[in-house]
Amino acid sequence: MSRRISPVIPGFGLTLGYTLVYLSLIVLIPLAAMFVHAAQLTWEQFWAIVSAPRVLAALKLSFGTALYAAIINGVIGTLLAWVLVRYTFPGRKVIDAMIDLPFALPTAVAGIALTALYAPTGLVGQFATDLGFKIAYTPLGITLALTFVTMPFVVRTVQPVLADIPREVEEAAACLGAKPLQVFRYILAPALLPAWLTGFALAFARGVGEYGSVIFIAGNMPMKTEILPLLIMVKLDQYDYTGATAIGVLMLVVSFILLLLINLLQRRIETP
Amino acid sequence: MTIRRYALAALASAVFAGSAVAKDIELLNVSYDPTRELYQEYNAEFTDFWKKAHPEDNLKIQQSHGGSGKQARAVIDGLRADVVTLALAGDIDEVSKLGKSIPENWQTRLPDASTPYTSTIVFLVRKGNPKGIKDWGDLTKNGVEVITPNPKTSGGARWNFLAAWAYGLKANGGDEAKAKEYVQSLFKHVPVLDTGARGSTITFVNNNIGDVLLAWENEAFLALKEQGGDQFEIVAPSISILAEPPVAVVDKNAEKKGTKDIAEAYLKHLYSPAGQEIAAKNFYRPRDKEVAAKYAKQFPDLKLVTIDKDFGGWKTAQPKFFNDGGVFDQIYKAQ
Repeated sequence: MSRRISPVIPGFGLTLGYTLVYLSLIVLIPLAAMFVHAAQLTWEQFWAIVSAPRVLAALKLSFGTALYAAIINGVIGTLLAWVLVRYTFPGRKVIDAMIDLPFALPTAVAGIALTALYAPTGLVGQFATDLGFKIAYTPLGITLALTFVTMPFVVRTVQPVLADIPREVEEAAACLGAKPLQVFRYILAPALLPAWLTGFALAFARGVGEYGSVIFIAGNMPMKTEILPLLIMVKLDQYDYTGATAIGVLMLVVSFILLLLINLLQRRIETP
Repeated sequence: MTIRRYALAALASAVFAGSAVAKDIELLNVSYDPTRELYQEYNAEFTDFWKKAHPEDNLKIQQSHGGSGKQARAVIDGLRADVVTLALAGDIDEVSKLGKSIPENWQTRLPDASTPYTSTIVFLVRKGNPKGIKDWGDLTKNGVEVITPNPKTSGGARWNFLAAWAYGLKANGGDEAKAKEYVQSLFKHVPVLDTGARGSTITFVNNNIGDVLLAWENEAFLALKEQGGDQFEIVAPSISILAEPPVAVVDKNAEKKGTKDIAEAYLKHLYSPAGQEIAAKNFYRPRDKEVAAKYAKQFPDLKLVTIDKDFGGWKTAQPKFFNDGGVFDQIYKAQ
């Protein structure tokens, strides 16, 4: 007799079917359509498009700034989550709610506001000008916009995990003679890492695809501050649909590989 | 009980009868960014005009605005526009070619190559013109910053680019290589390439970047009007380009919706004195001689080149200058 694991909630067939239909409609079919459209190109044509110097410069810029933004949020976001979970202070609820604001705000509004602030003549930007560097219209400005837009991810993924780690664990470690850094390294970090990686990956992926906020602060100079999504728009404005999908496919493949790697890393951490 | 039932029946029949007489017509005009105010005024005028001849019709005109290329793509991808009123003929050509919803000879169907109003490219500078900018040659002087959108993503910026090119040719006796050098040094003075005309205006007006904004004349006037004229002034260069934003009925959509007659009348009425007057009031140069004479003071007299005579039309200019590998890409590659 074969043993079947029967879960508490019945309907495996129904739920799996629903999942597949839903995923297909929302994710797979649109993405497949893109691949089909790009398939009109021969390998040589595809390669010529995605290996053009301008595309490569944009690729480096898009993934580079998204990576920096994700790293910044990885550090600061963990700190924010820590403060929100471990301390009670007046106004904590307000700050907690503010974390999500970058999601609620239309990204174009964020982009225009950040540009006004950080442009060479802006409220903050003028100090940078005095010090001899520029924020808006440079990769630094792009990283700033991406940091803003992707801020909630790490905070929101780390926060609940951190809240679930009982304080007694840290106290026990301290009683056994662990120094604060050792407590962090051996007690907190391993527990937080999987969630942190998820937040990091989400922030990174979101940053790579971000268009609305970046476009205002980037300056959009060819070879210097042109992001990949802008190049897609440029191709579309020439009615070059296949060229646009080729860059889309490139972004998707690179993103997918990176996300897959992060996922594998997570597996290895979770199952030592 | 019965009275109520009769009342209901009467009411219902009244409603149905009413709808049988009054014809609901919806017209969608898909346009580009800076025509918002123009068409708001014109739609009201045309609704009145149509109502006089067809009192039984209940006409509603909707307008949609955005970057010219984006709007053209929306129509190609299935937005059911009855008419398109875009920034350049090249975009309507693509609707005709890729969307197959407009016959190829669309530009011959209305007077003046289907362009009821025109504009040109002028300079908007800061009050008092502190950098002393008078003509295109001043834009490449040391320390001058020029704001213009990216010609790859903005129809308006393509007119800017071609106007600069026309100056480069004129200043160098028609030498294309020299014209290219001029345009290249001009774009070295551009610190930001916004994706659209509105973005550039924000950069120049609100963020205070740059000394001169290359703008459509109507946009420049609009900026002056909104800012009260005490922050900026308009400088007319020695040579510019006649910017021709054309209009066309989207035959396939209008036929399907049964709105072809009214869509044609809608565009034709743009050429009437009333339509021309509204265009002039919104700072577009009217085609009608009488209206033009009336508003002559408003528009500086400029030497204007045209896309068809001097550049061989958009079908030639678009691939030569703006497609991948074109002149615009070359000047950035060389930097």
